Amino acid sequence: MNSAFFLVLRRMRAPIIGLIVIYAISIIGLTLVPGVDAEGRVAPPLSFFHAFYFVSYTATTIGFGEIPGAFSDAQRLWVTVCIYLTVVGWSYSVITLIALLQDKGFQNTLTANRFVRRVRRLKAPFYIVCGCGETGNLIARTFDRINQAFVVLEKDELRVEELDLQDFKTDTPALAADASRPDNLLLAGLKHPKCRGVLAITNDEQANLAIAIAVRLLNPGIPIIARARTASTMANMASFGTDHIINPFERFADHLALAVAAPERFRLIELLTSLPESPTPKPHRPPRGHWILCGYGHFGHAVADRLRDTGITLTIIDPAAKDADQQFVGDGTEAITLRQAGIETASGIVAGSDNDVNNLSIAVTASEIKPELFVVTRQNHAANSALFTAYGADFTVLPSRIVAQECIAILTAPLLARFLERLHSLDENHCRQLVERLHAECGGLTPAVWDIRLNAAEAPAAWRALMHNRSIRLGHLLPDGADRSRRQPAVPLLVERGPDCHLLPGDDFPLQAGDQLLMASPLRAQRDLELTLKNANELDFVLTGRENSGSLLGRLLAAR
Amino acid sequence: MNLEKVIFGFFIVLAATLNFGFFIGDIERPELHSVYELAAALVVSLIATALKFGDRTQIGAIHLSTSLVADLQLIAAAITWGVAEHITGVGMTAHVTSSVVSLSGGALFANIVSVIILIVETVMLRR
Repeated sequence: MNSAFFLVLRRMRAPIIGLIVIYAISIIGLTLVPGVDAEGRVAPPLSFFHAFYFVSYTATTIGFGEIPGAFSDAQRLWVTVCIYLTVVGWSYSVITLIALLQDKGFQNTLTANRFVRRVRRLKAPFYIVCGCGETGNLIARTFDRINQAFVVLEKDELRVEELDLQDFKTDTPALAADASRPDNLLLAGLKHPKCRGVLAITNDEQANLAIAIAVRLLNPGIPIIARARTASTMANMASFGTDHIINPFERFADHLALAVAAPERFRLIELLTSLPESPTPKPHRPPRGHWILCGYGHFGHAVADRLRDTGITLTIIDPAAKDADQQFVGDGTEAITLRQAGIETASGIVAGSDNDVNNLSIAVTASEIKPELFVVTRQNHAANSALFTAYGADFTVLPSRIVAQECIAILTAPLLARFLERLHSLDENHCRQLVERLHAECGGLTPAVWDIRLNAAEAPAAWRALMHNRSIRLGHLLPDGADRSRRQPAVPLLVERGPDCHLLPGDDFPLQAGDQLLMASPLRAQRDLELTLKNANELDFVLTGRENSGSLLGRLLAAR
Repeated sequence: MNLEKVIFGFFIVLAATLNFGFFIGDIERPELHSVYELAAALVVSLIATALKFGDRTQIGAIHLSTSLVADLQLIAAAITWGVAEHITGVGMTAHVTSSVVSLSGGALFANIVSVIILIVETVMLRR
């Protein structure tokens, strides 16, 4: 029994009592009023049974007529009264019920109940996505594409309704509720045994903080990925052990600095961390030298710190910031300000205010003055994508996309972080070769990066083969399961064995049970390879080229 | 004084008293058990049940369940009466009367439990 049922009962109390009273009055009246028989003589009144029968069909306006016999005039008089009484009683009940169904509070109760039921029924491991704005939406769509179950909590009812309209392949429970309240997180399945993690990616800094601490206290075992904008929030989140804190501005600043210092390595990272099977981003080659930075908020500070480390000198324009260069008038949207700031001698400009129109204006003005300038624009809203694409800056930063990419990269391949850590040991030439290889394998789209552990749960067939001392080299797994002469378009990035990590293993790398592989490949190849590692017959065919039905008879015949 | 409490107590006690009124008397003599009294007991018992709807406390749940038991017994008694009078046509023989009255006796017991719960609830109340 749920709360909606009790709510109905409570609200229906008055109409039900009214109906009972009206029935009682009508029935007792009918058992008292004398009737008439066929000869016109006075007959005894209706019995309780007949009276109840008569009132039942009259009250519901079915009206079979005068049963069991024709009524006397006195009975007809009383029945007239009964008809009006009972119709009013029924109408009152029905109207109350309909009003209840349209009641906002009642509907909310119903939706919440349905949401809880759907969450409880989830069988696959799932993530709780708190906040479904631009970032959340991007993550939701990607999760759906890689068949990852998730639950959405979003404050804004309209956004939840929009989510219902997007046809997801998977059944996605979504609730319009404030995720910063712990009871809503519990409704969304925070303590569900299949809950894998929580993504606190709302637009509200405080809400993200509240979610992170609620998860840490209520279910300490699961990871939290939180978005933060300011250094103080990041420090606060780190203090109670939030697993991953994503600050899109700092992340972008890191990327920009890396693109200046080591463009090929940056390109490799960009390729591996972008959303799977999206168009490859074009290569960025930001020049060194003197740059102009417009807008000196959180974003500007992060960019300035990182760029200075690479040896770039900066002129900072922001009339609102005290620590910017103060001699300029205006915010950089006018040519005169940019000229004052020395745009003729600059090699790059960052349009980094929190206003999309201003950023575009800065960028357009700057390229008119100096077309060869390297332009970085900050795009605050995904809705303005058309404008930013039309302008075509050298490098556009969209914070919501950065957060989404990082969440997906962390969640789909935990091993990727270890790969990226070890990447600085590769020189630029190696990175370029790897990028070219990924390009060739994935046909111009970005690869899906995924990991799999060769154990009984994730790759039972390969695990069993390895446990039976069968020697399998990495290259043996890669032929296509449909046609062995072709090779799966997959690039092994890393093999983790215990504490050791083997970067970019070759085809002759001998595998052992328990190894964890990090691969980059198109989604289709990922599915094929996972099947190969799971299904013994498939694995046999890939390794030996022999078709094996796996049946007892087949095995006996093969043994002869 | 709370009007809701007055109405609530009134209907619960009235259901029990009407039920008792119908039940008392020699069990096999139909002339001692008026059909109107049975009808009144049934109607008041139904109203008492409706009054208990939607209370989510433990005591509320027991209240509701005792009332449902009383309703069930009284409806069974009424159906027995109707079947004997109209369908089989045997009329109110000693056998039929005694089964109707004993069914109402069961309902009376449930009603008494209801009244006891009402008293317990009142005693527990500190305001």
